[in-house]
Formats: sequence, C-alpha cells, structure tokens
Amino acid sequence: MMSQAETSEKPQFIWTEFVIEASIRVLGFSTIGFVLLIFLFLLLEGVPVFWEVPLKNLFGTRWYPNFGYFGTLPLIFGSAFVTLTAIIIALPLGVLTAVFIREVAPEWLREILKPMVEVLAGIPSVVLGFFGMIVIAPLVRVIFNAPTGLTVFSGALVLAYMSLPTIISVAEDALDAVPKSYRDAALAMGATQWQTIWHVVVPAARSGIAMAVMLGMGRAIGETMAVMMVTGNAARMPLDLGSLFMPARTMTATIAAEMGEVARGGIHYHALFGIGIILFLLTFIINLAAALAIFRKQRRGGLR
Amino acid sequence: MVDGKIVIDDVSYAYGGDWILRNVTLHVPPNAVTVFFGPAGGGKTTLLRLINRLNDLVEDTEMSGRILLDGKDIYDRRVNVPNLRRRVGMVFALPLPIPGTIRENVLYGPKLAGMNNPDQLGDILERSLMQAALWDEVKDRLDSPATALSGGQQQRLCIARSLSLEPEVLLLDEPTSGLDPISTRKVEESLYELKQNYTIILVPHSVQQAARVADYAAFFLMGELVEYRPGVDIFVAPRDKRTEDYVTGRFG
Ligand SMILES: Nc1ncnc2c1ncn2[C@@H]1O[C@H](COP(=O)(O)OP(=O)(O)OP(=O)(O)O)[C@@H](O)[C@H]1O
Ligand SMILES: [Mg+2]
Repeated sequence: MMSQAETSEKPQFIWTEFVIEASIRVLGFSTIGFVLLIFLFLLLEGVPVFWEVPLKNLFGTRWYPNFGYFGTLPLIFGSAFVTLTAIIIALPLGVLTAVFIREVAPEWLREILKPMVEVLAGIPSVVLGFFGMIVIAPLVRVIFNAPTGLTVFSGALVLAYMSLPTIISVAEDALDAVPKSYRDAALAMGATQWQTIWHVVVPAARSGIAMAVMLGMGRAIGETMAVMMVTGNAARMPLDLGSLFMPARTMTATIAAEMGEVARGGIHYHALFGIGIILFLLTFIINLAAALAIFRKQRRGGLR
Repeated sequence: MVDGKIVIDDVSYAYGGDWILRNVTLHVPPNAVTVFFGPAGGGKTTLLRLINRLNDLVEDTEMSGRILLDGKDIYDRRVNVPNLRRRVGMVFALPLPIPGTIRENVLYGPKLAGMNNPDQLGDILERSLMQAALWDEVKDRLDSPATALSGGQQQRLCIARSLSLEPEVLLLDEPTSGLDPISTRKVEESLYELKQNYTIILVPHSVQQAARVADYAAFFLMGELVEYRPGVDIFVAPRDKRTEDYVTGRFG
C-alpha cells in the first residue's frame, strides 16, 4: 500500500513526453514572438514619420510624397470607401447565400455548394484582380458612362467577391447553430418557411452574422493586389457619392506601389510604414469588434 | 369507436427507411385529453409532429396512411399548411421561446395571422397567459426578454403562445418534463379548463401523469399501438400483457 501511494505521487519522468511538450511550447511562443517582432519593426520604421512630418501635413488631403505632401486622409478614406462599399454589396449576397445553403437547399445541393464556396476562397487575388481589370472595369465604364472603369465601385465589386466565402461560411455556421426547435416553434405558430427564417432563425444568429461581416471586412481592408489592379490608384478625396465611379487609392495599394521606389530610411519610407501602422490599428479594431461579438455570444451561453 | 376529431388511419412512418410507426389506427375524441404514452423511442413525438405536419421539412422520410381532421385529409395537396398549424397547436418538450420579449412571444402567431388591433391583441395576451396559469407571474414585466423567465415559466409561456391562436387541437409533448411539482400541477389543472374548448393530445412524462390526466390513453411500444381505451380502464385493468407490465412498472 505504502509503496503504491509513493509511486503515484512521483510520476515517472518520460523523456519523449518532455521533448514533445517542450517543442510544442517553443513553437507556440515563437509564433507570438514573430508577431511581436513584426509589430516592433513596424513601429521602429513608421513612428519617426510622426515627428518628421507635421501632423497637419500628415493628416492633410494631399498625398504627393515627391513634393513633401504626406496627407494620408485620401488613402484612409479611399480604403474605407472601397471596403464599406464592398461590405454593402457582400452582406446581403453572403447572408442570403448562407440562408439558401443552410435553410433552403436540399441535402444533395448543399453538399455541392459548400465545397464550391471553399474553392472560391482559394482563388488567388491577382487572378481576381485580372478578372476585374479585363471584365468588370470595362463593364462599369460602359454601364455607368464613367471616364474610366478603374473605380471605387469596380474595386468594391472585386473585394465583395473576395470576402464572400468568409461571410458565407461564418454566417452558415451561425445559422447552423440555431437550434432546430426554434424553427419548429415558429412553424408550429403557422409561420411559413420564409417567415420562420426572417423572424426567428436569422435574428437568433445575428451575433454570428455580425461576426461574419466583420471578418469579411477585415479580409477586404487588408487586400492589396486586386484593389491595386482595379481601383485606379488616384489619391483623391472621395467626398461625395459620385466618387463611387471615380478612381481612388487605398492604403494597401499605396504601400505596395511605392515601397519599391523609396530610399530606405527617408521620410517617404517612414511615411509608408506610418500608413502600415494606421492600417494595422484599423484591422486590429475590426478584429477586436469581431472577437467581442464572439465573446458576447459565448457568455450568453446556450440559449437559455 | 368514438367519432374522432382527429382520425389516424393506418399510419406508418419511416426515417431513412426505418419504419418507426407501423399501421397505427386511432380516433381522437373532441373535448377530451387523450394521452399517448409508452417507453422512449416508441414514436409518440413523431406521431404528434405528423398531426400538424411539422415533419414536412424533414428529409428522407416515408409515410403511408391518412390523418383526418374533422373528416378531411390533412395531407391533401390543397391544404394550406400554415393554416392547419394554426388550427393544431403544438407545445414541445423543450421550452424554447423565440428571440424577443414575453409579449412578442405570445403575440407572434396572431400577428403573423394578420391581426393588428391593439385592443384585440391585448385581450389575447391576457387570456392566453391566464389560461396557461402564467399571467400573475409576468403581468408586470411583459416587455422583458422571454429568456429571463425560469424554465417552468418558459414552458407555460410556450403553452400560452400556442393558445394565443385559439387552436382547435392542442398537442402537448411532455409539457411538464422540466417543471417542478407545483408548476406541473398548475399545468395539469389548466388542462381541465382547456379541454372544455379544445381537443388535447398529451404525451406525459410519466405513467402517473398519464393516469392523472387521461380521458383516453393509447399505449405505444416500438412504433406499434398496443392498446387504446378510456383512461381509467387502461391503467386499472389493462388487457394486453405488455401494457400491464408497463403501467405496473415491471417493464424492462
Ligand atoms: N428526425 C429524425 N431523424 C431520424 N430518426 C428519428 C428522428 N426523430 C425521431 N427518430 C427516431 O424515431 C424513433 C421514434 O422517435 P420519437 O421521438 O417519435 O419517440 P418518442 O416516443 O417520442 O420517444 P421519447 O419518449 O424518448 O420522447 C426513435 O427511434 C428515433 O430515434
Ligand atoms: Mg418524444
């Protein structure tokens, strides 16, 4: 009895366990370490711009780095405008598609549609950008009689398309998590299938759907290649609705386009990293909002 | 046999090829409580769901036989299914308020049916909650979320929700399974009131409850209707050996 108690108190030291555990820990921490390093790098290279360029200039409306104008507002507005337009397009499309796949489509069709949505997510953005340039831009130019097809609207269409898979699959999971008995309850009250979906299922899944939109938005605002190819890249302030059919320039496209040509350590170089910091903060806020939505949903626990 | 408000005529039903109801024939009399009881998996819930066509959306099922309401086949192609479900209300084993307030829950059905006179809706709200023995407990917080109610209150809220449509038939699937004895008694007592105006089918959560409330009782075993007789008789002097084993608690 005594010896048994003793052995159970002192677990045997197992080498393999130790090695596996240690390496998992090292890998885990190194991921966090890399993120911190990248952030540190971003700060080191970007922060100087905040004293090299007066704030008035930095948050001005003109971005002509070669002439000493580093106004980031057109870029921030450009990104926001393109992203919001994309979400306005993608939200109804994505949610309706999710509703169709989850609530309406018969089993066999669902089995086909779900993998197709996943394939959508795998299309490289440069391919979509190319498609946007060759197909969407000319269409936009002709239909809206714009001087050029490379506009905010074209960019938003491409971005909407890119964020759709995220929105669809997250929204679909949210719908799936709504207990079947909710549907039964509404149907038993004489609701039609559509009334059941709109009055009960979608509202019950709303925090998940909000999360889907936020994740889609996070994807859209950080997207570079496709946007650079189709939005026209003119750094002008999009101040009215007419700007929808004018070119704009986003933060990501600016960094990508200009980084190759700047002198390392110069003001322009620092300014591009400064934009990176702003972008990072924006995405961080959006992701935080999404995380809060998830958190709130979990805290409400079950459905009681 | 009694003339049925509901006639279940040789009904068989299968999920994915498994026949879980076999040749069930049964007349449900009006203005009485008919109890479907028996061990788990006997097909009681499924039969209730067939009576208001809630299983229509379940895929990969098969059905044969007919179910008549007032002599009319409810599976006829011309039947308006939402209307049928308004005439045949159902309360589920798990109380699940729909998202929203107490008031919204009770008035959901009437509003869907196109009713929007505030006075009328107010009357319906009060009457339904009274009939479900919930009015006194919630009358001061009709606009608070339904999920803030206790489990027992939520169950009575679901009963009130079904009553708001004044259905002709009320299907109750283990309506007291999550309730404490006091709430259970309240619900059972309200059944005496309700059966004056409604035809009630109830799946009880115990044989004792079946014996307490049944005017007629049907014993289901593995998808088969074993015995169907007036309530007292089936519990006092069951005819079938299997019914006897079950009601006396000798069932495996
Ligand atoms: N949606 C479904 N899909 C497949 N099989 C099902 C489904 N619903 C019920 N069944 C099966 O049908 C049989 C009867 O189930 P049902 O819920 O009708 O029984 P019950 O008598 O209500 O049981 P309980 O007393 O446990 O509520 C069970 O074997 C069950 O597994
Ligand atoms: Mg059941």
